[in-house]
Amino acid sequence: MPPIIQVKNISKSYTRDSFAIPVLNDITLDIEEGEFFCLMGPSGSGKTTLLNLIAGIDKPTKGNIFIKDTDITLLNESSLAKWRASNIGFVFQFYNLIPVLTAYENIELPLMLTHLSKAEKKQHVEAALNVVGLTDRMFHYPKQLSGGQEQRVAIARAIVTDPLILVADEPTGDLDKNSAAEILILLDRLNKEFKKTILMVTHDPHAAEKASKIRHLDKGDLI
Amino acid sequence: MKIFKLVFKNAFRHKLRSFLTILGIAIAVIAFGVLRTVVTAWYVGVEATAANRLVTRQAVSFIFPLPYTYRDKIQQVPGVSQVTFASWFQGVYIDKNQFFARFACDAETMFDVYPEFLLSKKELETFKREQNSCVVGEDIAKQYKLKVGDVMPIEGDIYPGRWEFVIRGIYKPRDKTTDATQMLFHWNYVNERIKKETPERAGDVGWYIVKIKDPSKSGLISKQIDDLFKNSNAETKTESERAFAQSFLASTSAIITAMNILSFVIIGIILLVLGNTMIMSARERTREYAVMKTIGFSGSHLIGLIMGESLVISIIGGALGLTLTFPLIQGLEKVIPKGFFPVFEIEPITIILASIAALSIGVLSSLSPIQRALKMKIVEGFRFVG
Ligand SMILES: Nc1ncnc2c1ncn2[C@@H]1O[C@H](COP(=O)(O)OP(=O)(O)OP(=O)(O)O)[C@@H](O)[C@H]1O
Ligand SMILES: [Mg+2]
Repeated sequence: MPPIIQVKNISKSYTRDSFAIPVLNDITLDIEEGEFFCLMGPSGSGKTTLLNLIAGIDKPTKGNIFIKDTDITLLNESSLAKWRASNIGFVFQFYNLIPVLTAYENIELPLMLTHLSKAEKKQHVEAALNVVGLTDRMFHYPKQLSGGQEQRVAIARAIVTDPLILVADEPTGDLDKNSAAEILILLDRLNKEFKKTILMVTHDPHAAEKASKIRHLDKGDLI
Repeated sequence: MKIFKLVFKNAFRHKLRSFLTILGIAIAVIAFGVLRTVVTAWYVGVEATAANRLVTRQAVSFIFPLPYTYRDKIQQVPGVSQVTFASWFQGVYIDKNQFFARFACDAETMFDVYPEFLLSKKELETFKREQNSCVVGEDIAKQYKLKVGDVMPIEGDIYPGRWEFVIRGIYKPRDKTTDATQMLFHWNYVNERIKKETPERAGDVGWYIVKIKDPSKSGLISKQIDDLFKNSNAETKTESERAFAQSFLASTSAIITAMNILSFVIIGIILLVLGNTMIMSARERTREYAVMKTIGFSGSHLIGLIMGESLVISIIGGALGLTLTFPLIQGLEKVIPKGFFPVFEIEPITIILASIAALSIGVLSSLSPIQRALKMKIVEGFRFVG
């Protein structure tokens, strides 16, 4: 079976004051289905940039990215949005929950873009809540939750649509040791039990221990 | 959950800010409603005019009288169906602050020429018969608790002396714009007394009201009337009743124009207030919009979200403002002397304009934040530090 993610000769540069600043240089990378892939490297090396390109929220300057059989670099903005909605689950360092929505409503948010019935949505949300172990907190608002709990809600939101790939940018970066460990166990479970392909960016060597594969970026080069 | 719920929750995220903005919109709508009501009240005299009536007055000024003898001459002009006349009597009723129009008129023809003053046949007949009688508008009767048979004493100023008139009829307004604050009595009665006291002033009439058969001929007929009295020592100026009423407003038209402009300036200011609130809110939510875009929400979702929020605030503010405008106008109507603004009511058009204004404010205020949210690249949104 071909790799689920194929990054082919990707370059990315940002233009600032009409200077082109190269961030990624000719990256080629394969990630297999079911892998727990970990991307490490010093700050500013381009980890977030690469993750964003693979997740389809940014466009490369050069090169192609195939996810399954789709070259996502060829999709226009609105098809890319639809593609993300059904293929990618996002987990961010700072959780990025909507503060005026309860845990339940935050998790339900991606389902608003689907045609599921009310009952089906409820089923999905409750299943996701169950996986992250927060059924008893579903009516709490983000500010009533601890950082670890907020991140678990964020993970539930990421998996509620049952996406192909889960991307996580430093998901433990803002958490204490214990909460971080819980999140890693949860991600590991999603990988092993639910067969999710996971692409995680981290600084933390502990976090990387769970990974099935680790690659390093340095100044825009994969080493 | 429906997107509407999120719209609502967003609108009230900062309770105090939303409350103040809503209050601002409400106050603006109230100010708009009151100003426009005053403006329309001012114009009500013009609105109440009839196309088939001309007014003939002294050419130099309305304050100079015309001879009674003109009546028959005007009556002869082709196209004229009826002629009546009136004089401004003024005088003081109770005290100087009780202001309403008091006219000496031709009792025989007045109510034929003004069919919008509704008077029962019986009352009209008694009024015509009794020389010292008068008819008052319904609003005046209500305000001073007057009924048929009561005597209204007037202290004369233009026509000096004490005058007493017995109420023999109370007329009702036919239209919303009809002035129901007038007091009408016999010109003959006044004239007889003037004949004895100041004979040189007898036989004077304030102005003539000429009913014509075909309103489209009003220009021609006016000219024919005025030609009759060319080179006499009391030349006339005849114009449509509408033009006549407007000439009264000419001196105050600058104030009215200012009020008119002001009413829209207020709307403009409140647009800036809500616009500012929306821009602040949307800036704070840059990251959230980035998250929603990441999840797959499209441009139209964001438009709905932002415009919806803006509309929720403007609609609540507008509705609150309109709800409060009604009792306020009613209260003002009570304290403003009846005769000053004979009709002081919120016009449907004012309500429509205020609603349109509130809705447009809602839409317009959201445009800049919408444009910003749509233009924003997701990665930039995540890097944004508000
Ligand atoms: N939108 C942008 N505009 C300009 N420069 C950018 C932009 N995004 C990233 N960069 C630059 O690209 C480089 C790589 O950034 P990136 O965020 O990918 O690094 P990172 O490896 O994730 O770092 P960290 O570990 O600190 O998160 C940095 O020098 C950064 O300043
Ligand atoms: Mg990063």
